[in-house]
Amino acid sequence: MISKLFKFKGGVHIPQHKESSTQLAVEPASIPKRLILPLTQHIGTPAAPIVEVGQKVLKGEKIAQADGYVSAPVHAPTSGIIEDIGDYPLPHPSGMLAQCIVIKPDGEDRWIELKGHSGDYKQLDPSELRNIIRSSGIVGLGGAGFPTSIKHNPGPDRVIDTLILNGAECEPYITCDDMLMREKSREIICGLLITKHALQAKRCIIAIENNKTLAIESMQQAAKEFADRNIEVVAIPTVYPAGSEKQIIYTITGKETPKNGLPLHIGVVCQNVGTTAAVYRAIHHGEPLISRYVTIAGDVKQPRNLEVLFGTSANDLIEQCGGSTADIRRIIIGGPMMGFAMQQITIPVIKTTNCILIDAGQTKDLHTRQYTMPCIRCDSCADVCPVNLLPQQLYWFSKAQELDRIQEYNVFDCIECGCCDYVCPSQIPLVQYYRFAKSEIWKRERETQKSDAARDRHEFHQFRIDREKAEKAEKLRQKKAALKIKKQATDQSNEIGNNDKKEAEPKNAAIVAAMERVKAKKAQQKVEPKNTDDLTDHQKKLVTEIDQRRAEQRETQVSNSNDNAKMDNKEL
Amino acid sequence: MLSAILVVGLLATIFGIVLGFSAVKFKVQGDPLVEKIDKLLPQTQCGQCGYPGCKPYAAAIANEAAEINQCPPGGEQTIQDLAALLNREIIPLNPENGAEKEKSVVIIDEETCIGCTLCIQACPIDAIVGAAKQMHTIIESECTGCDLCIPPCPVDCIIITPIKKDLTTWQWAKPTELGINNSDKQAQVATDDQ
Amino acid sequence: MSLYAPSSPHIHNDNSITKIMLKVLYALIPGILVYIYIFGFGVAINILLAIITALSCEAIMLKIRQRPIMPFITDGSAVITAVLLALSIPSIAPWWIIFLGTAFSIIIAKHLYGGLGYNPFNPAMVGYAMLLISFPQQMTTWQLSTPATFIGLPDSFKFIFGDHTPAQLATDAISGATPLDYLKNQLGLSHHVSDIMNSSNVFGLLGGNGFEWISIAFLIGGLWLVKQKIIHWHIPATMIGSLAAVATLFYVIDPDQYASPLFHIFSGATILGAFFIATDPVSAATTAKGKIIYGACIGLLIYIIRTWGGYPDAIAFAVLLMNMSAPTIDYYTKPKTYGH
Ligand code: SF4
Ligand code: SF4
Repeated sequence: MISKLFKFKGGVHIPQHKESSTQLAVEPASIPKRLILPLTQHIGTPAAPIVEVGQKVLKGEKIAQADGYVSAPVHAPTSGIIEDIGDYPLPHPSGMLAQCIVIKPDGEDRWIELKGHSGDYKQLDPSELRNIIRSSGIVGLGGAGFPTSIKHNPGPDRVIDTLILNGAECEPYITCDDMLMREKSREIICGLLITKHALQAKRCIIAIENNKTLAIESMQQAAKEFADRNIEVVAIPTVYPAGSEKQIIYTITGKETPKNGLPLHIGVVCQNVGTTAAVYRAIHHGEPLISRYVTIAGDVKQPRNLEVLFGTSANDLIEQCGGSTADIRRIIIGGPMMGFAMQQITIPVIKTTNCILIDAGQTKDLHTRQYTMPCIRCDSCADVCPVNLLPQQLYWFSKAQELDRIQEYNVFDCIECGCCDYVCPSQIPLVQYYRFAKSEIWKRERETQKSDAARDRHEFHQFRIDREKAEKAEKLRQKKAALKIKKQATDQSNEIGNNDKKEAEPKNAAIVAAMERVKAKKAQQKVEPKNTDDLTDHQKKLVTEIDQRRAEQRETQVSNSNDNAKMDNKEL
Repeated sequence: MLSAILVVGLLATIFGIVLGFSAVKFKVQGDPLVEKIDKLLPQTQCGQCGYPGCKPYAAAIANEAAEINQCPPGGEQTIQDLAALLNREIIPLNPENGAEKEKSVVIIDEETCIGCTLCIQACPIDAIVGAAKQMHTIIESECTGCDLCIPPCPVDCIIITPIKKDLTTWQWAKPTELGINNSDKQAQVATDDQ
Repeated sequence: MSLYAPSSPHIHNDNSITKIMLKVLYALIPGILVYIYIFGFGVAINILLAIITALSCEAIMLKIRQRPIMPFITDGSAVITAVLLALSIPSIAPWWIIFLGTAFSIIIAKHLYGGLGYNPFNPAMVGYAMLLISFPQQMTTWQLSTPATFIGLPDSFKFIFGDHTPAQLATDAISGATPLDYLKNQLGLSHHVSDIMNSSNVFGLLGGNGFEWISIAFLIGGLWLVKQKIIHWHIPATMIGSLAAVATLFYVIDPDQYASPLFHIFSGATILGAFFIATDPVSAATTAKGKIIYGACIGLLIYIIRTWGGYPDAIAFAVLLMNMSAPTIDYYTKPKTYGH
């Protein structure tokens, strides 16, 4: 039994707005006309497509495979035809495009043959469990999207003391985990037991914020069945960001995740409730991860949770919730504190999409900053920072781009929870400052690496040229020395006198002849290392041929950007 | 009054001592100046500064034979960094050497290349591979975008391409502090950004 | 279509500088009311005058510095500076004193250092220090607080603008040194503390007669501010604490030569300083540990300057001195980051 909870430093109390989207039971969203599945739905390398355009796929069929250790495969959420593999907008704040697989559903929704391990998962080795989880494409559904199989692999001699199931869901508006816990508590607990087995964890703690009474009840009910398995449901105080991994670990265990370390270094693994439910489905039913609960909240007619196939466009979901109540001015993927505002409403739901929050100017609480004032060093930000940073100092350094200083003040420990920003009376976009600083530091890092490599290569280049020169000189010297010895030998045998001259003349002639030969040879070999002026006939011929070919090409593809570049280049 | 003066004097003395002490104690014993300067240069090795590479330019700066504003690829950032290192004024980039432009690499149009090896010899960092009469190619990840290989090419098959932006290199913009545009109402600006 | 896509967080608790400053202003009201009740309307006129001066100077400076005027004028910081300064100078000081002081605070101490958020020194205290050094005579002549000396509105006007005493009162009868000042002078003449206290009606129950009630009113306002989380407890607590500690120490050693801790706390501007002046966020230390050091040092400096220094009250100088060291204190008191 947990006797004591620990209160992490800082945090804020934010109006929760969770009631409206929990009125209706969760229903599957309708299958849209088109599913757009990004290959990057997780942290790590994008998956590699293994299907072709026009190919028919079944529901649950793998359409892209993991590429590397930190990666996850993608499965077809429904049966249909691969319509395209190409670049589409990602649910990313940059609004960038990236490779996606587009499926046109055939409406049959036909599964591939599934093979589950109901009941007998205990016979499976943890590594086999991990393989199933990995090939089912399961990643952390809480938001980060880290491949779950890696989390399940703590390494040979790590003892996992506590497995924390994160049902805190501390961000306002989001209720998908809440609904999942209410409706699928048994699946969650079964998944938890599998995870516990895979990790050989000693105890499991299910941590739920105490404002979710129904979820707590339902989970407790479900946990009763497994009373002998050391599972405990714990209600933790409602304070943002209680659901952040570092904070929830502290709340439960009183331990801090070491810097640059992982929770498992202190014997803890943290898992989102949605993830364990997915683990259950993968192990017991053999189902890959193809859908999830998503909250659609904010300014829509009927806020609610839907079970959504990955690849469904946010726009479709808004429609299914009765549309927005006014003109949409912001769409946020995730919660209002850490979510990302999108530039388009047609972005697809992916594995990490827990909430689609619509701001159409109707909800008063969704207001943003009016204007930014100078920092008055009031320190409200430091009071609420859950990792105990000095946000206002970070802000000054980021603003002045003092990148060394800002690292000294541990900007990389910032979890971007937004508490500081939320309370700042000057309404400074603090988090954006930190994000800017972080990405600027990364950029500089990349540039330094690149320029270091370039320096090395350049130095080697110089060294190579020098060495070649030296080698040549050495050869020359040796030859000369050899000649000298020969000459001395002849000198010794012959008389000293005007023979010398006679000898030298044919020698000189020989050198000249050799040089001629070399030149001729070089000319023959067409490797004359000179610019266009001294090109050989053959080269010249090649050049004209190429020019012709290029002229033809140009005619056919004038708009080609490469050609543009080439022409620009010529103008230079 | 007296004590105020005394206290101020005392504080000033203490700070002075602490500062002086730490200046001596924590003095960074680092690379020689040329190395330090060279570290700040972009290592494009393009020679636009009028020196045959970044190192010679660094040496020239160290000898005070060159201004710090001669490097177009490094641009403003490099000037700032150099100014900070050398305690010099920040001055605008010397336009005679060219302008700062977007980072780019070059690629060889494979259709067109005749395998003349001229570009290979021009590349200061050996980033081009190929052999006589074989198609050449550029190791894109190593290319510094110095464009030195372009003039020698007899068939103009080397093309400048801007470096592809992708999610891994995407950056958050620095907030402008122009207030945040809230709804349709033009947000007010209230900042003391100098 | 491209939607508005700023960085998270996408919500805000709607706090603003204006709201903070307003709360500080509310917290000052009880003290001001008691002040008026005891000393008459002089202080009210001073406050008004100071606010008008401050706002005009602020507007002019913003205009010159080409900053947006509305957001800064309405942020309330200039008003707070004005009120604090007005509360620190004698309520019978002539109008040009308050005018000069406020203008100096806003123009020099605030805007020349970069405006709101950039001033390393507390503007009100810079103004006060300037006045004290330049016009010691006017700045140390306080009104006595006896019922007979309560000055009505018309008379206050005459005092402040006409620079002459109301007809029915002789200047001597209503004005004199502050309790701290008086005590200091008398101690200088090697009288004993208890004798001095009994000999003059400037002393009251806890500190200076009248001042003690004002202090208590400010204390109430200050505690409310702490409760409202506008200021932290650290600075007031450690400042009063350290002042009380040294005062007790010396009081125990020699009660004849040194006044009691209670006297120190409830005389002069100790309470006002602890809750409203030293806590000015812009110029104070910001880390929790830093605030403790900062407050404690101010308390100590106050005692030193009051007892051995040249000025009777010491809040301004103590605060200004510590303002100077605030960045250094902050640097050495960085809190431990999670996981480090
Ligand atoms: S909350 Fe805002 S104004 Fe206050 S110290 Fe932090 S950044 Fe500055
Ligand atoms: S966003 Fe970063 S600095 Fe701000 S409160 Fe959260 S962790 Fe602290």
